[in-house]
Amino acid sequence: MNQDYTEIVKDHFFHPRNVGRLSKPSGSGTVGNPSCGDVMTIDIIVEKNIITEAKFQTYGCAAAIASGSMTTELIKGKTITECKKLSMDDIIKQLGGLPKEKTHCSNLATEALQKAIKNYQKNS
Amino acid sequence: MKQVYMDYAASTPVDSDVVNAMMPFFSETYGNPSSTHKHGRLALQAVEDARKQVSSCFNVDPETFLFTSGGTEADNLALKGIAFQHLPKDLGKGPHIITSTIEHPAVLQTCKQLEAYGYSIAYLPVDEAGLIDLDQLEETITDDTQLISVMYANNEIGTIEPVEKIGNIAHKHNVLFHTDAVQAVGKIPIDLSKLPIDLLSLSSHKIYGPKGVGALYHMKDITFDPLFQGGGHEQGKRSGTLNTPGIIGLGKACELSQKRLTKEISQLQEMRDYFIKRLFEIEASTLNGHPTKRLVNNIHFRFKGIEGNALHSLLDEKGISIATGSACSSKKIQASHVLLALGLTPEEAISSIRFTIGRLTTKEEIDYVLPIVKDSINHLRSISPLWKSNK
Repeated sequence: MNQDYTEIVKDHFFHPRNVGRLSKPSGSGTVGNPSCGDVMTIDIIVEKNIITEAKFQTYGCAAAIASGSMTTELIKGKTITECKKLSMDDIIKQLGGLPKEKTHCSNLATEALQKAIKNYQKNS
Repeated sequence: MKQVYMDYAASTPVDSDVVNAMMPFFSETYGNPSSTHKHGRLALQAVEDARKQVSSCFNVDPETFLFTSGGTEADNLALKGIAFQHLPKDLGKGPHIITSTIEHPAVLQTCKQLEAYGYSIAYLPVDEAGLIDLDQLEETITDDTQLISVMYANNEIGTIEPVEKIGNIAHKHNVLFHTDAVQAVGKIPIDLSKLPIDLLSLSSHKIYGPKGVGALYHMKDITFDPLFQGGGHEQGKRSGTLNTPGIIGLGKACELSQKRLTKEISQLQEMRDYFIKRLFEIEASTLNGHPTKRLVNNIHFRFKGIEGNALHSLLDEKGISIATGSACSSKKIQASHVLLALGLTPEEAISSIRFTIGRLTTKEEIDYVLPIVKDSINHLRSISPLWKSNK
């Protein structure tokens, strides 16, 4: 690949988990701008303060897609409090690292997640 | 895994005949062409033979060509060499140089530097296909204009500019005309004895020659300042010991290119048109650039809802090498200046990729690549929040 992506990044890029939208999400968040080359949407279902279901969509590069996929994997089964603490570095660590110029891609995933959580808290 | 190279506009494989021609000039005929002893004379003879090979491709005299380190140096030499003949303070307010917004960075960044030095540069816009407006060109010329520099054919979208008409307008107003022909050479017949071109840049590694060598064509009576001060090689126009093996390689590459030109043009054009036709089968696909005034090896498309770098990564993983126009910087993706100049939105520009085919490309390769491209686009669209099929 053109970037030095880890095998974990490649796996999540070629076989992304939890792709799509949820029909009745507890919360959803979209961040980014197509003109900047990145858009990320994350939908979550929250039951008893725990994220039980999550889906994502990404318009962006391999790192952005892998970050979206990894984020949805990480948050399932976790409490809202735990998910609020999820940082860009946590995602990068789980992906086995990202090329320096691609680190902002994982930030997009955490931003979309935080927006989805806020959206859930506003709705509930 | 099968490897398919479709980035011939970036570089080409060196032809085996070129390699064979170069080999004796590393360890056998290694003398400095500037030396007057036999070792030097042999090297000089070979360099002058190569100069003839290059110049005869363009139907002009050998002394109109000087060798450089590549297309970038040739562009820098043409623009700065002409500009530096006069200090900006001794010139009127300009524009001193007229160029286009879709030039290669070798021209654009040189213009930016000249602007920083006080020269005035006019950048001509292009239409949605990448062509400059000839009326606008003529209106932009003033008594202060020294040089017009417009590329022969664009490196990204392959649009072929009307160089003959540009040159005629330039000469009507006593202005010099330089063209960056790095992508055009080997794909378009260029007869410099008939064309109104004063300076022309070319590069060896785009025509199956080695990297690190190029040439600048300059009409006999043109004077320009050298970029390098030194031993006064190339009639004082380009100091620096001649890159003998590279120059021999460029000479041979030019000769082969000329020999194969007619056949290669028709072969490439047929494959290009087939490739384009098949890519149009993909929903929401658009050809960037001009439908007909287009390099025979250029296929530049945008696909709605996907990001070009992601497609590039997928194809790369499948062994297929292509190009995107956008570069990923720390915060956001930089869309190609060429695509934006056509009037594309940043989103459209970022959704674009370039295939460039060449001498070793086969129809079988195109048929191998097509379903992989389609699957990859479907994969990315299935993930994309921006994609909604109309089917």
